[in-house]
Amino acid sequence: MLIKTNAHGFNHAVPSEITPQGIYQSRRDLIKLMATGTAGAALASWAGRDALAQAVPKPGKLAVLAGAKSAVAGAVTMEKVTDYKDATSYNNFYEFGTDKADPARNAATLPVKPWSVAVEGLVKNPKNFTLEELLKLSPQEERIYRLRCVEGWSMVIPWVGYSLSELIKKVEPLGSAKYVEFITLADPKTMPFVGSRVLEWPYVEALRLDEAMHPLALLTFGMYGEVLPNQNGAPVRMVVPWKYGFKSGKSIVKIRFTDKEPRTAWNKAAAQEYGFYSNVNPLVDHPRWSQATERRIGEDGLFAKKRKTLMFNGYEAQVGQLYAGMDLKKNF
Amino acid sequence: MAAWMAGRQKWLLHPAAKPLIFMVCLLPFAWLFYAAWSDQLGANPAEALVRATGDWTLRFVCIVLAVTPLRVITRTPALARFRRMLGLFAYFYVVLHLLSYSWFDMGFDVADIARDIAKRPFILVGFSAFVLLTPLAATSFNAAIKAMGAKRWQLLHKLVYLIAGLGLLHFFWMRAGKNNFNEVFVYAAIVALLLGWRVWNHWAKARRRVSNNAAVGVH
Repeated sequence: MLIKTNAHGFNHAVPSEITPQGIYQSRRDLIKLMATGTAGAALASWAGRDALAQAVPKPGKLAVLAGAKSAVAGAVTMEKVTDYKDATSYNNFYEFGTDKADPARNAATLPVKPWSVAVEGLVKNPKNFTLEELLKLSPQEERIYRLRCVEGWSMVIPWVGYSLSELIKKVEPLGSAKYVEFITLADPKTMPFVGSRVLEWPYVEALRLDEAMHPLALLTFGMYGEVLPNQNGAPVRMVVPWKYGFKSGKSIVKIRFTDKEPRTAWNKAAAQEYGFYSNVNPLVDHPRWSQATERRIGEDGLFAKKRKTLMFNGYEAQVGQLYAGMDLKKNF
Repeated sequence: MAAWMAGRQKWLLHPAAKPLIFMVCLLPFAWLFYAAWSDQLGANPAEALVRATGDWTLRFVCIVLAVTPLRVITRTPALARFRRMLGLFAYFYVVLHLLSYSWFDMGFDVADIARDIAKRPFILVGFSAFVLLTPLAATSFNAAIKAMGAKRWQLLHKLVYLIAGLGLLHFFWMRAGKNNFNEVFVYAAIVALLLGWRVWNHWAKARRRVSNNAAVGVH
């Protein structure tokens, strides 16, 4: 008998948290009524939009990058996928501006071709990979991950890529390597906010080596069955689903293996607010806001209740053992 | 020049002027209401509403603080007719701000809201500004002025300077996590300019009084 457990990614709302269909339907009817009653057809199309589309929609805007369904435990959540429009218009990518709408507006200038990623530091086989080499290094998989931003909102995004561990195995880290550092592009000519004092550039993020080796840590080249849009970190980024979104560096140009914990961008900017680990943790509040709940973007409009944030963003069964014995309040 | 001045006064004193400005002040609300129902507030409409109503509160505080300097500098006494209405619009937008936060952010959970206010200094500061603005809004009818006496009423309404400062601090703190202060500085510069003018004007008037007194030989 096949029993689906948390380990398979079936970490879902308990039945008591699911809005009864009757209430859900009456809410939508109310919205529809108000929309048609107040402003006619333009509004009705919004109210009538497909609320429960399950299959990953192919937006048809960029080059196709298909991935086979992933067999990694926890890699495919069954939750409703966020609209492509929302996932590509509501972004934090400070190199292109601090407003969430800025990256979609400004990132067209990102020079994604040609692209290469230098893998260096404490490894046996350092190498400068071209993007084409990286794309072919391992079979592409589709992973449907929850994404939780430290600001208190979340999305569900179908990424395409493969486990970072595939790349790490190829370059063979030395015994002395303890951390993996991701350095992202900082090109003042094409990125208008590189040079602003919001952060120290280039943007740097890092993982402990065992975190980086976890199969859920995804080296990512695409989303929604296509290559990454510029504002989402084209052409290659990290996605670490059990950590706050900012841990997943975008538009990576260098991956470096080190023996010392690297100083990361947000940690340098405000160490008391953004720790090195930054695991999603409802019990450790940000100094200025609670992390106990989150707003799922695009979920049933304004009146949706915020949902409870899950430990490790719901990936505790998969990654909890990485932090056994650690005080997660101190190592936040 | 005199004709132009007289003409401007006439327009401002026209019976339609107040309703017209009232409608203009209502436009941001009308737009937000329409945008919310037509899904034009972006991916996170709750956040957009909380932010927009906060922005409009700050803007109306700046506008209401600008009335007196404008009235004096341009010698247009008729501008004073609109000050109370503009102040009430600042209150209207701060109520919407608090309502959006309580509803869309906190789901009207009073215990959660109370915890949030106690725990987060920037919410506490914003909430204090709202609380302090409430008696100003509540005493904005003629009978209240009469009952309180003009002096005391005026003293109470001087609270607006403190409220403007608290509002700015609330905004500053909100943006502090991302070191993104550009907009905060714009509002702070406007408020500083408007309050600075008052200090300067007060000082200049006092000096004029002294020199006038000296001229007529009063010591």
